[in-house]
Amino acid sequence: MTIAGALVRSTVDSRAQADASPREVVIKNLRKEYRAGQPVLRDVSVTIAGKGMTAIIGPSGTGKSTLIRCINRLVDPTSGQILFMGRDLATLKGADLRAARRMIGMVFQEYNLVERLSVIENLLCGRLGYMRWWKVFLRRFSEADVACAFELLDAVGLGDMATRRADARSGGQRQRVGICRAIMQNPDLILADEPTSSLDPKTSVEIMELLETLAAERGIPVVVNIHNVELAKRFAERVIGMSKGAIVFDGPPSALEDRHLIEIYGGKDWLEA
Amino acid sequence: MTRAPATAGIGTGIIREWQRFTPGERLGRYAVYVVSAIAVIWSLRTIEVIPEFLYDAPAQTADLFQRMWPFDWRFWPTVLSGLVETLHTATLGTLMALVLASPVALLAARNITRSAWLNQLANLILVSSRSVNSLIWALLFVAIFGPGALAGTLAIAFRSIGFVGKLLGEAIEEAQRGPIEALTAAGASPMAILIKGYWPQVEPAFWSVALFRWDINVRESAVLGLVGAGGIGVALDTATSNLYWDQAGLVLATIFTVVVLTEIITSRIRTRII
Repeated sequence: MTIAGALVRSTVDSRAQADASPREVVIKNLRKEYRAGQPVLRDVSVTIAGKGMTAIIGPSGTGKSTLIRCINRLVDPTSGQILFMGRDLATLKGADLRAARRMIGMVFQEYNLVERLSVIENLLCGRLGYMRWWKVFLRRFSEADVACAFELLDAVGLGDMATRRADARSGGQRQRVGICRAIMQNPDLILADEPTSSLDPKTSVEIMELLETLAAERGIPVVVNIHNVELAKRFAERVIGMSKGAIVFDGPPSALEDRHLIEIYGGKDWLEA
Repeated sequence: MTRAPATAGIGTGIIREWQRFTPGERLGRYAVYVVSAIAVIWSLRTIEVIPEFLYDAPAQTADLFQRMWPFDWRFWPTVLSGLVETLHTATLGTLMALVLASPVALLAARNITRSAWLNQLANLILVSSRSVNSLIWALLFVAIFGPGALAGTLAIAFRSIGFVGKLLGEAIEEAQRGPIEALTAAGASPMAILIKGYWPQVEPAFWSVALFRWDINVRESAVLGLVGAGGIGVALDTATSNLYWDQAGLVLATIFTVVVLTEIITSRIRTRII
């Protein structure tokens, strides 16, 4: 793929990627209760490898989204540890938390672009964690950041739309902008929360290919929440199945059988085509 | 049998009937009609209409207009300088209100300021600004700073804080959560989130509110002169107290023209912004 090659060339900086293990995420006894006594995550412990794509599957409301959001602390866990790059993310506060967040890119189901800003400015929003507020106010983005943003847009085929407003783009284009914004952070981990659920099947595959390329060529581990079991099996190197706030399957896609799917989703009528 | 049964089986003999209101609701509606009628009659008795004055009102109106026409154009320089002062009062007052109201709007927006106590404080400021009429504000500032456009400008500004702050605060609360979440996830500081997450979403509402308020303020500052707070109202006050109706007519016609013009201009600009 041409996109793959271009993404490699447009690396934000040449950070050493020799050893992938520093980027692994170790989650220990993670528990989240939105209401006391009603855990959404029931003491989840899992280690996510520092490379490749990990897919989390499971029915709606089973805690997939909560798990992923605990990692970058959009959701505060009730108890447990999240060890990443030598820190426990679960305990960070203030500036430390922001510094940790900027190392973790996030891709959303509804893209979550700032609609009235241009495409290029949405990409540059990925650099906000590195900038003083008055530079943000004056739009003083560094030349390197701007150059990098244009390269990324070229790489995903949106180069000629840089100055157009984000809300005039199609779903697939917006999601590519969302992914580019995450890459602009120069992240050590990418979290994707249902990145394909609002897209048509063809575009979904293209978006998964883009994420797969990132994981492979840049050595950034990608964690994807996904509804579509087929896409998960096709692109992920490892599938984690969740049900009722706990992990019930963990293994390579080839090991995922119907009996596991029945355990994850319940029932079995839906499996018979 | 006014309520339709939720699951009436076919052939079970239950009459399926539907009416817009229950008997209780119907009774309540009649009560509202009766109370309204009583209120109208009562208030008519209170305002004590004097029939003689009512009968010759058309003649008085015609007479007044006759005395206004033709306009006394020798009065025009006074009217013009008053008009310029009025426009300056309205514009400066609006700008000052925007500056003062923005922090209050941030305090009032519950998604920005997560303290019910501060939200309430902000709302108190907004309500007190709005509940006092601009003429009363003007009287207050004339007493403090003496007569003139400064008192008028401050009156306009303080009166506008409530309006601008309330609408701005609501616009901030209606901002989409998604982009804010994305910028938070990117490690942006609260200030950066305000600038790149909230401001782009609130911007159209901000300018729309600013224009709308400026439009209102041109009208309000036109009458502030009646209490000595400068502007074209001073000219109107002078003309009417001297019973120079041909001068008063000129002032009223000028105010009318300016108000129509500002209305046209602001609605044009607003359609371009949004």
